Amino acid sequence: MCLAIPAKVVTMEGSMAKVDMMGNVRVVSVLLVPEVLIGEYVLVHAGFAIGIIDDESAKETEELLLEVANAYEEGE
Amino acid sequence: MPMKKESKNLLAKAGEYLEEIKALAQSPFTIMEVCGTHTVAIAKNALRDLLPKAVRLISGPGCPVCVTDSSDIDRYLYLAAQPKVITATFGDMIRVPGTKKNLQVLRAEGADVRVVYSTQDALELARKNLDKEIVFLGIGFETTTPTVAVSLETAKLEGIENYSVLAMHKVVPPVLRRLAEDDELVVDAFLDPGHVCAIIGIEPIKFMAEDYGKPSVVTGFEALDILEAIVMLLRQRVEGRSEIEIQYKRVVKVEGNPHAKMFIERVFEPVNASWRGIGLIPQSGLGIREEYSPWDAAKKFSLPVFDSQEIPGCRCGDVLKGLIYPTQCPLYGRRCTPMKPVGPCMVSTEGSCATYYQYGQRSVD
Ligand code: SF4
Repeated sequence: MCLAIPAKVVTMEGSMAKVDMMGNVRVVSVLLVPEVLIGEYVLVHAGFAIGIIDDESAKETEELLLEVANAYEEGE
Repeated sequence: MPMKKESKNLLAKAGEYLEEIKALAQSPFTIMEVCGTHTVAIAKNALRDLLPKAVRLISGPGCPVCVTDSSDIDRYLYLAAQPKVITATFGDMIRVPGTKKNLQVLRAEGADVRVVYSTQDALELARKNLDKEIVFLGIGFETTTPTVAVSLETAKLEGIENYSVLAMHKVVPPVLRRLAEDDELVVDAFLDPGHVCAIIGIEPIKFMAEDYGKPSVVTGFEALDILEAIVMLLRQRVEGRSEIEIQYKRVVKVEGNPHAKMFIERVFEPVNASWRGIGLIPQSGLGIREEYSPWDAAKKFSLPVFDSQEIPGCRCGDVLKGLIYPTQCPLYGRRCTPMKPVGPCMVSTEGSCATYYQYGQRSVD
């Protein structure tokens, strides 16, 4: 139940933000991370960004996940 | 088919960690993963099979659905059956068995039960159904609680009168202390829940390492995160240290998320809470503060208190304390399967029993 997924903030309007979650666009609340900036990565849980992720490692995580997905597709 | 370079790197890294784990694990070492999301990640990546025999991973009480007491379940089922009530809940709760029924059965009998993705969806239901009472089932640890706190704050600010929350939230530190003080506990070290600590930071749980001598590492949810954390725990043992360390640095800060903590603090207050199979733990739950009582479903509907009842034969409690593996429950895989769950540990997708079953441990060991 504590699953949370990294997503990149694309636009913001008030306390809501559009985020890119591995290619899917979602609207989430940023009330819990008011200091977040467009372009930063957040961790999304149940419709809320609950934390800001260190940019570099977020990219790493995302790449990691993509790699695994690709590896599966390639039948590895 | 040739493997991509990055995948190779990934596997190489995992291989390195496993080598180091093998080298460090010279004698038995039992690690509890507190968080249900870790239990799933470990099973999905078949980490138990990759680790040397000396390293045992056992699941802890970190599945909020599984630790919800039968008295709480019967209470929300009672509420869901009331006229004009729309129950809004995360999907995990739908099939959790109460003493007699579950939400799915109630729905078939005509109750209005909606699965929502977030508390914002629940508030939206309230705005759109002014002639109905929307009750959100507040289940979850510190990761989820701030999102529920925000909804109560919003309801208060906007004067949304037909929204309320039945608070059954729990906090992690007191149950860790209970585990540490349990004489039967066989755990040497802890993988701490990454997303709970993203909110609360590490201060509230560092006593496990500092006072009880249990090395602790706050961990992320990728296979590599977990392997690295196991290396860190083993290094602590080999070097004779007992500290709390953060492996999941990209997310977890020492102080946690101050905004989220503030929301929890403003809306909720510590209360005693019953954990299934573990019992009453003082100050381990969160109740809604007096200022928000118009949005407190327990008060609004003057809900009766139900007795706590154990399900005959279900050993969920022992599983949650890490005393037995799910496969050691006599009902596992026989009378109790995800299709026909007897206990809550088989219902939630993050329950230890369901996770074991889902990822291949079909038979009794
Ligand atoms: S297998 Fe079923 S009955 Fe046994 S402990 Fe798990 S949930 Fe309970």
